[in-house]
Amino acid sequence: MMTEKDLELQNALLAKYDYVKARSVRSADHASFDVPADRLVEFATQLRDVEGFAAVQDCEAIDWGVGAGTRFSVIWHICNHTTHLYIRLCCDAADNEHPSVPSLCGVWSGCNWIEREQFDLMGVNFVGHPDMRRIMMWDEYPYHPLRKDFPLAGVDVPYYDEDTVAQASIKVQPAPQNGGPFVATAGTTKRSSEPCGLDQEWTEGHRKN
Amino acid sequence: MSQLSKEIAYNGKQEGSVVVTKLDAALDWVRSHSVWPMPMGLACCAIEFMSASCSRFDISRFGMEVTRFSPRQADCMIVSGTVTYKMAQAVRRIYDQMAEPKWVVAMGACAATGGMFRTYSTLQGVDRILPVDVYISGCPVRPEALFDGLMALQEMIAREPALKLLKRDRPVKPLYFS
Repeated sequence: MMTEKDLELQNALLAKYDYVKARSVRSADHASFDVPADRLVEFATQLRDVEGFAAVQDCEAIDWGVGAGTRFSVIWHICNHTTHLYIRLCCDAADNEHPSVPSLCGVWSGCNWIEREQFDLMGVNFVGHPDMRRIMMWDEYPYHPLRKDFPLAGVDVPYYDEDTVAQASIKVQPAPQNGGPFVATAGTTKRSSEPCGLDQEWTEGHRKN
Repeated sequence: MSQLSKEIAYNGKQEGSVVVTKLDAALDWVRSHSVWPMPMGLACCAIEFMSASCSRFDISRFGMEVTRFSPRQADCMIVSGTVTYKMAQAVRRIYDQMAEPKWVVAMGACAATGGMFRTYSTLQGVDRILPVDVYISGCPVRPEALFDGLMALQEMIAREPALKLLKRDRPVKPLYFS
């Protein structure tokens, strides 16, 4: 539940900055705003310099699904060390094929790595980021693996390091799902609905032994 | 002194400090009781290795406590933890830097099979890039299980034809997946 302080903050900011809207999906705890992409940096600068929100805590991206109207949204979690209040900024990425949103690195330099992580795993491009490279996967990796249309097991990709390929001839292969991440499915009996590793025989075909 | 030629068993009083054995057995005996492990610590199994190497569990009871953090000074790589594809090339390079003879222990579920990480980023078992000698199950591995695995490795070393493997053209161990 939003506390009175959070509601007060949200209403005050909504009255002061007329270009932001309260988040369309109702926030369960903290003040959160939908910010248009062209005024995101301006609003963030105001938050830092006028409202005292000195630190960014996290940055995350949402993939709403392949068929969604707006497929990608990016959310920043901002915190105020004096009042101990949090704010979320949400910005929709305009293009579904090549999504991009403004980078907030210029406002909070702590955004640098966490925005790179979103670029790496979700493929959202942050315009104005000083160093827009992958951070988790290797540079040559061709996919963005946390998107909804990417299989958890992975896909066949050649391995990037020539030495290792020459020595051990490996490549990146889909992982077998047996014994892997436990998934609970709705079943009629207790036994059939127990969490277990998915049986996906198609991923087991590469074993040569 | 006339008795000496009749006795077959070792008699310390008469033979002094002479022991008759095969060279292979002597080499293996020495090697198996001075394993120099290098912890390739990648995840939580490395924490278990730390406790195994401290005084409560005491790895030095078995003659393999000389942990070295440089591949040049070690002969047993203990891969303890999740090997991601991004890390795999570093693991392989470090293995290549170790001097022969060398052994590899896959410690824990992740190093042995990928464990619970059946995902796009995780190498499904370090035996795809290294010739593994001993697999140890557990998530994470208990220190007792690690000792059991290392003692199995000692037994394995004790059975090796050490003299044959001393030659310069020591055969490259085959990979499990090849």
